[in-house]
Amino acid sequence: MKNFSGKVLFLDKSDINTDEIIPAKYLTEISKKALKPHLLEDLQLNGFAQGKDIQGKSVIITRANFGCGSSREHAPWALEVNGINMVIAESFARIFRQNMFNCGMMAVELPGRTINHIFQVFSGKETFIETDLEKNIFILKADGLEEKAGFSISDFDRSLVAAGGWVEYADSKY
Amino acid sequence: MGKTVAEKIFDSHFVDNPSGDIHVISLDAVFCHEITTPVAINDLVSRNKDRVFDPDKIKAVIDHVTPAKDSKTAMQGKILRDWAQRHNIRDFFDIGRNGVCHAIFPEKGFVRPGHTVIMGDSHTCTHGAFCAFAAGVGSTDLEVGILKGVCAFHYPSTIKINIVGKMPAGVYAKDVILSIIGRLGVNGATNKVIEFTGPAVDAMGMEARMTLCNMAIEAGGTCGICYPDMTTVEYLWEFIKDKYPTKEKAFEEFKKFSPDPDAEYHDVIEHDISRLEPVVTFGFKPDQVKPVKEMEKTKVDQVYIGSCTNGRIEDLRIAAQVLKGNKISDSVRGIISPATPKVFRMAMDEGILKIFMDAGFCVTNPTCGACLGMSNGVLAEGEVCASTTNRNFNGRMGKGGMVHLMSPATAAASAISGHITNSSLYRAGKEL
Repeated sequence: MKNFSGKVLFLDKSDINTDEIIPAKYLTEISKKALKPHLLEDLQLNGFAQGKDIQGKSVIITRANFGCGSSREHAPWALEVNGINMVIAESFARIFRQNMFNCGMMAVELPGRTINHIFQVFSGKETFIETDLEKNIFILKADGLEEKAGFSISDFDRSLVAAGGWVEYADSKY
Repeated sequence: MGKTVAEKIFDSHFVDNPSGDIHVISLDAVFCHEITTPVAINDLVSRNKDRVFDPDKIKAVIDHVTPAKDSKTAMQGKILRDWAQRHNIRDFFDIGRNGVCHAIFPEKGFVRPGHTVIMGDSHTCTHGAFCAFAAGVGSTDLEVGILKGVCAFHYPSTIKINIVGKMPAGVYAKDVILSIIGRLGVNGATNKVIEFTGPAVDAMGMEARMTLCNMAIEAGGTCGICYPDMTTVEYLWEFIKDKYPTKEKAFEEFKKFSPDPDAEYHDVIEHDISRLEPVVTFGFKPDQVKPVKEMEKTKVDQVYIGSCTNGRIEDLRIAAQVLKGNKISDSVRGIISPATPKVFRMAMDEGILKIFMDAGFCVTNPTCGACLGMSNGVLAEGEVCASTTNRNFNGRMGKGGMVHLMSPATAAASAISGHITNSSLYRAGKEL
């Protein structure tokens, strides 16, 4: 199973699309590694400095409809090769969300008010998140602050994360 | 309790219910192109699972970058080509016979009412125009589809959009769907199927219905669906005439997939188009939509007519009607890409390509190319494109470029004037 704890990258914008996550011109790459420097290359967001801000981060916390647009699984892969295995958002586009779990990664939805609260308290601070998959709890820490937020994922999504993806699961079953 | 179209299709393709509302369904077709399939093929090979569930249900095309523009895209084509050959996939379309996937596959009669289709491409929702459940998926879902002929989805919840009112002259399916996306928002139909119905849809041909369903994903929708009728039967007749004694019998069969009168919907929306004007997008999201007249000062550097949204023969005929006898502005680069070889040939035979060329357009081969900034018309930084495609995301047609989505009529008119403008076919308040 992948790692779902670590430093947080806050992206305070809704509707971040897959072209912003990884532009189409890099879809000709055969290796996932080649996507690494281009993650979020076309994202326009005040104060966001692509290279510096992504470096060392493990989790993204963002707003609504993350991953809308194209079906490219290169979007989760571009996150994965940068060490980011989890995105927490108010909501996700369907295909992106499914692609994340199909890759054994996590796309977790929290209510808008919880996301708002997390942004108010932690955004702008160096924040660390600890994910407890047994108790379904996120523990956020920054500057001596500590807060907990419960989450839920479906049994099916959980089994994909545990199996490491959908291919092995489906081939053994159907 | 009655069922929606998608519920009927799901229930007739049920395989498993692993947990909650997740349904694993069997697939009638898995469509493949050279961008998202090679990664799935390579993964199957590395897992020692290089198999296909049924070569006759897999259809493959090289369409995104064709002819190949460099070694990397040549290799993507080669991986798909070699794979199709070694698995005996007969419906594989290479250069000379290839076209934009969501235009060529319907044209070949591959999609029928009641079918289930997946493809590693978000605009797969287009095929719902034939009353099919067709959804875009990632490479892993595609991989499992290729291997096992199944895919997992949440059991569908549907929004019904009843499109009423008579379409004003010079207003097209593209204007209708942009106005709907403007109303729903880019997140308005996420995880939902959209049924498009009503007198305006009944009056549309299959090509206009495909334009409508093509952009369901731009509101987040899983699939856009139109109900089967005699228009559907007529379009498919050449492919199904051996299977049914009469067109009426075929319709009777297809009608089984129409929704029950007491089907339950997540939402039912009435969308009146009787006063709709031609519209255009203005920002980096497809729900940022304004009437063309409010954008008239916007200069354009390039006009692109083509894509899975608006590269079919009807679209070219409309654009040609506007262009006939006119020259495009000296400051505009006009590019037209007929979506398939058949469309190309018809446009040639009907004199449409001559109209485009006389006007100053460059006619390219069928390809997705410019729509996603991969080839055949990438924008430079700061440039503006009037485009009949489906996405205006930041950087979509080239880093730093701006894309305004519009109908082929508006795009052609904008090419002539050099700025966004209404076509001569549109006269406010006048009915068709």
